[in-house]
This record gives sequence, C-alpha cells and structure tokens, in this order.
Amino acid sequence: MALLGMRGLSVFISDVRNCQNKEQERLRVDKELGNIRTRFKNEKGLTPYEKKKYVWKMLYIYMLGFDVDFGHMEAVSLISAPKYPEKQVGYIVTSCLLNENHDFLRLAINTVRNDIIGRNETFQCLALTMVGNIGGREFAESLSPDVQKLLLSSSCRPLVRKKAALCLLRLYRKNPDVVNVDGWADRMAQLLDERDLGVLTSSMSLLVALVSNHHEAYWSCLPKCVKILERLARNQDILQEYNYYGIPSPWLQVKTMRALQYFPTVEDPNTRRSLFEVLQKILMGTDVVKNVNKNNASHAVLFEALALVMHLDAEKEMMSQCAALLGKFIAVREPNIRYLGLENMTRMLMVTDVQDIIKRHQAQIITSLKDPDISIRRRALDLLYGMCDISNAKDIVEELLQYLSTADFAMREELSLKAAILAEKFAPDLSWYVDVILQLIDKAGDFVSDDIWFRVVQFVTNNEDLQPYAAAKVREYLDKPAIHETMVKVSAYLLGEFGHLLARRPGCSPKEIFSIIHEKLPTVSTSTIPILLSTYAKILMHRQPRDLELQNQIWAIFNKYESCIDAEIQQRAVEYFALSRKGEALLDILAEMPKFPERQSSLIKKAEDTEVDTAEQSAIKLRAQQQMSNALVVTDQRPANGTPPVSQLSLVKMPSMNNNVELSSAEEASSQENGALSIVDPQPPSADVQGDLLGPLAIEGPPGTTVHPEQNVSSGLEHIVDEATAIVPVEEETYSVQPIGNISERFRALCFKDSGVLYEDPYIQIGIKAEWRAHQGKLVLFLGNKNTSPLVSVQAIILPPSHLKMELSLVPETIPPRAQVQCPLEVMNLRPSRDAAVIDFSYKFGNNMVNVKLRLPAVLNKFFQPISISAEEFFPQWRSLSGPPLKLQEVVRGVRPLPLLEMENLLNSYRLTICPGLDPNPNNLVASTTFYSEGTRAMLCLVRIETDPADRTQLRMTVASGDPALTYELTEFIKEQLVSIPIAPHVPTPLVAQPTSSPAALTDPGAMLAALL
Amino acid sequence: MIQFVLLISRQGKVRLTKWYSPYSQKERTKVLRELSGVILSRVPKLCNFVEWREYKVVYKRYASLYFCMCIDQDDNELETLEIIHHYVEILDRYFGSVCELDLIFNFHKAYYILDELLIAGELQESSKKTVARLIAAQDSLVETAKEQASSISNIIAQATK
Repeated sequence: MALLGMRGLSVFISDVRNCQNKEQERLRVDKELGNIRTRFKNEKGLTPYEKKKYVWKMLYIYMLGFDVDFGHMEAVSLISAPKYPEKQVGYIVTSCLLNENHDFLRLAINTVRNDIIGRNETFQCLALTMVGNIGGREFAESLSPDVQKLLLSSSCRPLVRKKAALCLLRLYRKNPDVVNVDGWADRMAQLLDERDLGVLTSSMSLLVALVSNHHEAYWSCLPKCVKILERLARNQDILQEYNYYGIPSPWLQVKTMRALQYFPTVEDPNTRRSLFEVLQKILMGTDVVKNVNKNNASHAVLFEALALVMHLDAEKEMMSQCAALLGKFIAVREPNIRYLGLENMTRMLMVTDVQDIIKRHQAQIITSLKDPDISIRRRALDLLYGMCDISNAKDIVEELLQYLSTADFAMREELSLKAAILAEKFAPDLSWYVDVILQLIDKAGDFVSDDIWFRVVQFVTNNEDLQPYAAAKVREYLDKPAIHETMVKVSAYLLGEFGHLLARRPGCSPKEIFSIIHEKLPTVSTSTIPILLSTYAKILMHRQPRDLELQNQIWAIFNKYESCIDAEIQQRAVEYFALSRKGEALLDILAEMPKFPERQSSLIKKAEDTEVDTAEQSAIKLRAQQQMSNALVVTDQRPANGTPPVSQLSLVKMPSMNNNVELSSAEEASSQENGALSIVDPQPPSADVQGDLLGPLAIEGPPGTTVHPEQNVSSGLEHIVDEATAIVPVEEETYSVQPIGNISERFRALCFKDSGVLYEDPYIQIGIKAEWRAHQGKLVLFLGNKNTSPLVSVQAIILPPSHLKMELSLVPETIPPRAQVQCPLEVMNLRPSRDAAVIDFSYKFGNNMVNVKLRLPAVLNKFFQPISISAEEFFPQWRSLSGPPLKLQEVVRGVRPLPLLEMENLLNSYRLTICPGLDPNPNNLVASTTFYSEGTRAMLCLVRIETDPADRTQLRMTVASGDPALTYELTEFIKEQLVSIPIAPHVPTPLVAQPTSSPAALTDPGAMLAALL
Repeated sequence: MIQFVLLISRQGKVRLTKWYSPYSQKERTKVLRELSGVILSRVPKLCNFVEWREYKVVYKRYASLYFCMCIDQDDNELETLEIIHHYVEILDRYFGSVCELDLIFNFHKAYYILDELLIAGELQESSKKTVARLIAAQDSLVETAKEQASSISNIIAQATK
C-alpha cells in the first residue's frame, strides 16, 4: 500500500524502529520533537502538507508513550483548514490527542458547528465523528439540536445519519441534562423503521441509552424492537453484506435484545408470543460449528437471548432449558464458552429458582476452579460461592481450602474471605468451622484479616464444648516449625484462656504451653506481644499451686518489658506484674473472658465490596436464611450468673487499665459486673442466635438482647466493661443513631442545586439527584449502605403535599452491605405552593430502628426556568397585570442586610433571573422567571424589589404573575429567602455549618400591602 | 460501551490507542502498562476475556499483534470479540493481507478505518463493503486534492520558469 507520499513520516518511523534500545529511541524522539517545535514556532513558513506531517509525527510519538505537551494548537487549527486532507488529519489527531476536558477544544466549536450544519457531507462526517468520540458539555450545549436534526433529516444519506445517531448518543450519555430528548419516543419509534442497517444499528445503541434512563417514555418502541428481531431471525430483507458468517447482523440482534431488557416486562400478549418464538428459536437453534467466528457470533446472540429470557422471567420450562444449556456450556472445550457459561450461571442463580439444576454441575464447576485460565477460575469461584448452601457447604469449602495452597496470589484474599464466610454461614458443626478457619490461617495467613480470627475467638468463648477442642487444635499447630503470626495470636489467646483444660494431655502442661508460645515471641511484631503477655499472665493464674520456676520466668519477662517503648506492652507488663503478686486474688481478676454478646458478623463486609447487583444480593441472602444451619448456635443456655467475673484482660489495642484504684474497684464490683453482663445472654431463641451469624437475621432477635453495659455498672467500671466487649466493631456500640451533618442545612443546600447528600448517619447515606423539566421532575434517591452488614426493613413513604404528584419506585427492603440502591422518584407539579414533600424513611440496623422524616428539595423554585426578558417584553406585561390578586406589593422588614450584588446572586440562584437595566434606579432589582405547573402551564413571573440604601433591613417588593395563587406563593417564598438567609448561596459548598432558623418564625409580620403600581 | 481500543505488539509496543472515555495522559500510560502486562503474559488457548479493574478486556491475538477492547462489566463479550475480528477483516481487505508493518507505517489509516467502524465506543457499521467504500471515497478525496496541488505547483513552476 502506498504511503500516500508522506516520506518524512515513514523515515521517522523507520528510524525509531531501528533504534537498538529505549535510550536511543528517546534520543531520536527528542530530536524530532525539537525539530517540530522549531518548525511550529515559525508557522508562516509551513505548508499545509508539512503541518499535516508534523501533526502525524506528534501522534506517533504520543502513541509510543512520550509526553507531547505542545502542538495541540496546531492540531486543532488544522480542523479549520479548507481542504479535506488537512481537515481530516486535524479532526483525527485532535480526537486522539485531546480528551473532552481540554480547553483547546473550545476553540474548535465554531468550526465544528459550521462543518456540521454545512452542506459538505464529508466534512459533516468528520465533525460528527470527532464530537461523537470526545464531545463534552460545551459541544452538547451548542450542537445537540443540529445533530438531532441531521439524524432525522430525510435528505441526509445514511453515512451521515448513522454518525449523527452515535454522536447524539455520546452527547446524551455525557450530559443528559443538556440534550433535550422530549418527544423523542415517537422519533425513536420512527427511526426503528429504518431500512438501512447501519443507521438502524446506531439508532439501536441510542435507544439503549435512552431506555436505560427512562423506559416508560419508550413503550412504543418495544413492539418495533420485537419486529426487528423477527426480521433478523427470519433473515428477511437483509442485504447480503450485513450477514456475518451467515448470521444476520449479530450485533444488531444483541443490541435489540439489550434494549428489550430495559423494559420491565412485555405486556401485550401478541408481542410477547412473537418475542418468545424468536427466543425459543435462538435457544434451540444455535449449534456449535467449526468456524470460530460463526460460533462466536451465534453464541453472542445466544447469551444475550439467555439474559433476556432471565430478565423476562419466562415459564419454568424455558428457564430449565436455559439452565441445561449453561450446564452444557461449562463443560465444553472452548474456553470462551466455558467462561460465559459460568458467568451466566452465576447470574441465573441469583434471579431464578433453578439451583437444583445448577447443583448437578457442582463437580464440573469445581474442576473449573483448577482451570489454567485465571479468568475462568474467578468465575468458578464466584459461582461456587453463590451456589453454596447447607447441603454442599462442606464439599465446597474443602475444595476452596485445597485450592488455596495453589491459588494465585491475586485470588487468595478473595478466596480466603469467601471460604471463611461460607464456613461461618453453613457450618454443619462448630468444630468443623474451627478447623476451616485454622486451616485458612495456616495456608494463607497473610490474607486472613483480623476479623476472621476475632470471630473464631468469639465462637470458642461462647461455646464451652468447643473450648478443649479448639485449644487442642491450636496446640497442634504450634508444633509446626514455622507458623503465621496470626496463628500465633489466635493460639496464644486460646491457650491462655483454655489451655488449662488440656492440662492432662501430653505436652500440654502449663510449662510446656508457656515455653512453646514463648518460643514464638522473638519472631512476632509489637502488635502480638501484648497478647502473649496476657497469655503468660493467664497461664500463671491457672497454674495452681504455684510453680515458682514458671513464675520467675514469667516475671522476668514482665520485668523486661516494663521499660518497653511501646506503651501498650509496657502498661501490660507493669500491670500484670503487679497483679500477679496479689496471690489468690489473681484468680478473680484474671478469670476467663465472659461470653461475647450476640452480634453480627463483621466478616461479610469485604466480600461484598465487589458485588454490585442489589437484587442479586438479597436473593442470595434470603435463600441462605432459609437454609441456615443450626450448628453455629451459640450454646449458652445456662443462666449467665454462673459465668466467672469479667476479666481485665483485653485483646489488643484496649484502652485503659489506668490505675490500681480502678482495678480494685473492679474486683469488688465483679459480681455486680456479672449481673450487668447477664443482659447479654438471655435465653437465646434460635432465630436470634442465628442472627449472630447472618447479618439480616440479627435484627429479628428480641430487642432485649441489646447490651447496655453502662446502665447497670458504676461509672468506675465502664472502662472494664468496654474492654470486655471491645471486640465489637466500634459502630455496633453506638446505640442511638445520630445524623451526620445538619439535616436542614443539607435540605437548604439542595434547594439550590440538583444533586447532593440529603441525609447521612453512620449507617446510611441518602443522596439525591434531580432533573427538572418544566413542571416535571425526575429525582433519584441513592440509598447507600455504608456498613458491613445489611440494612433491613428499609421503608420509604412519600408524604406529598397536595400540589405535588409523586411516585416513588419500589424501595428494596434490604440494602446489602456497602451497596447503593437507586430509587427513582417522579414528581409532577400541579399548582404553585411552597409546601415541601416529606419522605418518611426508616430502616433497621441491628436492633436499632431508625426513622427520619426528611423534606425533599422539590420546592417552588425547582419549577422555575430562568428567562431573560427585555424591556419591550417586560413593561407591557407589568402593566397588564394590575393589582391584587395578580400583582401584590408588600413592604418587608427585618430583612437580613445584604449588599445588592449578593441579593442578585441569591435571586439568580433561585432561578429568578435578574434583568439589569430595566429599572433606572440602581437600588432596585427586577427579576423574571417562568414557572411551570400542570395547572398554570408556563407562566411568566415578574418581580421588582426596591431597596433602601439607608436601611438595608427593609425593602418593598412587588410580585406579578398571571395566577393569583402563584403571585401569593412567590411573594411569600422570596420573603422567606430574604428574611433568613443563613449563608451566601453561591458558596460552592453549601454544607458548611450554618445556623438554621425556621424561616416562617422570623418573617416580618407586617401586613401585606397590596397596592397598584 | 467500549471504553478504549488498544493494539499492542507481542513486544509490548503500542501500535494504536483510541479512547472513548476521558483518560488523562498519565492514566493512559498507566492503563497501557498494566494491561500489556496482563495480556501479554497470557498463554495461548485461554479464553479471550480478562477481568480488569471494574471492566473486562476482550482481546485477540492476530500474528504478532494483540487487539484489545475494554468493555463494561455486563457488556456482551463475544459480540465485542467479533467487532475485533470485523475490524481485522476490514484492515485485511484494505491492505491486502494485512501485517503489523502495514499498521506501523500506516497507523493513520488504521485510525481512519476504526473511525468508520466505531463512534462513541459503539459499533456504527457492520457491513465490510460499506466501510471499504467509504474509506476508498476518502482516499480518493485526498488523492484529488494532492493532484490539484501538484498541478497548481506545476503551473506555478511553469510560470516562473
């Protein structure tokens, strides 16, 4: 192929290719950049051809990975070249070198627009392509109507229209607020009748974006999509060139089915029947063939059909057909199909009731866990995790453990977390659970978070039967030559607490246990030493009668650490040493840890960070609940009074053991303490106890299970109780939920802007995003669970005032951990009113029922559309609206003094556009806006404010509009704003602390003075 | 939607990059480094998909060149794989059994052709014939302009002789 004559360019490319090493390459490139820079400096001497050549060189250098920080201007300037070759280069290089945020792009907007509206088809194509690839907000603002026109124009050829469709898609995707798609439903329906498949394919992509945002408007497109599918499936009327390996445009088929997945259902029975016929044909008629491309294309269609079938929740028969197909796929040799089979099986697991069919393939899925391909292994792991229940947990978890030793490092963390969660959720018995976690720590200690071993300690502490078993198990691990530090922690802790239960076994005398643990001390980090010190103290305590030799050894250690630089270690050493000299009293002070209060597993958290689909989440959870194993019930049936007194020994990072006074009071109060803790363990009903293991169930427990240690304990003891419960993640100790930030400030801020946070507390964040168009608003509430456990019993009830029609889509009952749920809310304004809608929102976290009532920022000014009006338009209107009730005048006192400029800003921020120059008096302001409601339609509102430079706390205000209610409401609205403005509204972050006051209370009671102007 | 398209040689040299989402120069370099590490290290006979960040990368090797397209998590992977093949077939038809060298010395052509195939990260044309026709038309426009230019310079040369 000829090089189109750019010799300089190919010489340069060859040079670079001939470079022996990176350094030479850099030198050659630097030389060239220097050359280009000099040439560009002296632009007059450049022919268009040269300029073009240098710009290409720049792109090439850029592609090689070097920074090109000049010459962007030259590339952009080529866009306005009159001739095609230069213009083409300008467009392409610009769209490669720059991205939408580049300032230089602004320079090109006019040229681009001229090319788009001009008559030259090839220029139109170039411009549309560049805008479609890198067009940003400014392009959307100035070009979207022109692009829309091109797409619909009957005089444009397909090559322009298909580009216009995708260009519009880009602009819409990036700035849905700027691109006006009102009334596009009909146009889209019309576009779907298009015969040219290029235009149709592009339009279908556009449709997918439109319906994904707002499917209700596009119902009329649904039957058309089905028609297209039928047309393609029957291969009717398709040009040969659109067949891809014999398959009528697989891309269009996929896209059409994708668009259909955004409609909740297909209601019309005829359309539904035709659609299912097509789907059935695809499901049954796709065979594996030899040609790779044909195979890929047909399976692309097939997998999309599967997704659509799942979405439509077809009859059971069709579902099991799908499941059977997937079962076939995961066993084929073709890795792509295997991967997709696993992926879609995981999806299917979540949405429908076909687990039994999927379980039949368990062996095959486990094989995939050993696939040479990490992509496939990941899918297999996800699927195994999703399909695990009580019936197959043992097999699956053991497979995961086995795989752990050979797994890639990239997967180990996820793998061990998933294994730990499954072991906890579905353990047939507790000793198995302990085995699993210890194996996990042994095989992948680096990837086992503290949460995991804390959890084992909780279970062992709360289950007496388990204690000797667990102690013996960790004792075995200690014999291994090298063990992970986490294993040292967990075994030291467990042997300190329960080592004495093993005393009669060989190798388990206090001395032997001490020495084997002490062997590890030189190898551990400072965070582990405190645990070891506690263990030594406990061993010493359990050794009765005293063993002097052991005592001396341990005291020597305490002495050694008394001067340790680490405060925690030092404190423990000093205190244990002092305590251990107390003789018998030690027994009480250092007695066993009490049982842990029931609590949610903090484990579930990380695993779910990655999982997104909320519906899927809750589906798994629900199922998991139904099949919950009873094995992990914490078996504390006896009255808690029997538990030994609380120990001051804490795990790690415990706060204070400040002084002996406190300690001795602890001793005295220990029985009382015990009483306090008895609230912790009421007779556990089984649901409650399961709740400990499974986030969602925890809240089902009776409210009495909440621990309120402080209530019963004298103040001196609070620390100690804290310590006893210190393993609890901090957030669970907060019993009353305080909102973060001021709710009314947040509301106020949202009155100015369209997105932001409406409410936040430690568990949930409610964000809001709104789009307003005339009298309608589309709001989306973003309910984000900030936590590591699910929020349940989520409820949102809208209490709309009479002037708003509001429709909130379904709010899911459960918000999975760390997930965000979006709930669209449609608002329609019926008539003017200042009342605000309220959302009554509640959820449960643990035993806390949280209920808040929040005002929604669907306030009067959201239905304004700024309009700027000229004197010729203003005065006739002003005059024609004469006197009350259409025009009201009032003197307002008690106004917060504001400089005029700030008042202008304030009004502007409420979309009341200031019209400068209309009022000759510089102390007066005139503003106008258009108000939209169903009752009033678009209604012009005019406002005049006369301020008194001598006394800024009073002003005279005149408001006029064609609707009496609107005039009144607007008057009151502006008054409220002027009388109590907490902060300057144009401050970009309106969330700063600000005093809030009830606007109505401060309103000047001055009577409304209505008068003629 | 396709986030970006990369052509990387087996030695890790970048032959083409096209970004449909805004990435800064720094991010682009980082993405390239990360992905060439992941993809070039994959042995043959694995599947054509790699999970990367919150995306998926669909790639296919043709001789010494890897064609990669990064798509969203729930996009159709096989469809994208065939967009790659579709692109390769069009390049092949244009250059007449295309090889890496063609794409090195005519990288601008690879861009023109890609622009006829994808806009905004979506497929715009699935007919090879149509794309070929449009590219040919562009080429002839460039040729005509060149001829005109040279004839003008001839005239000038003649006149100033």
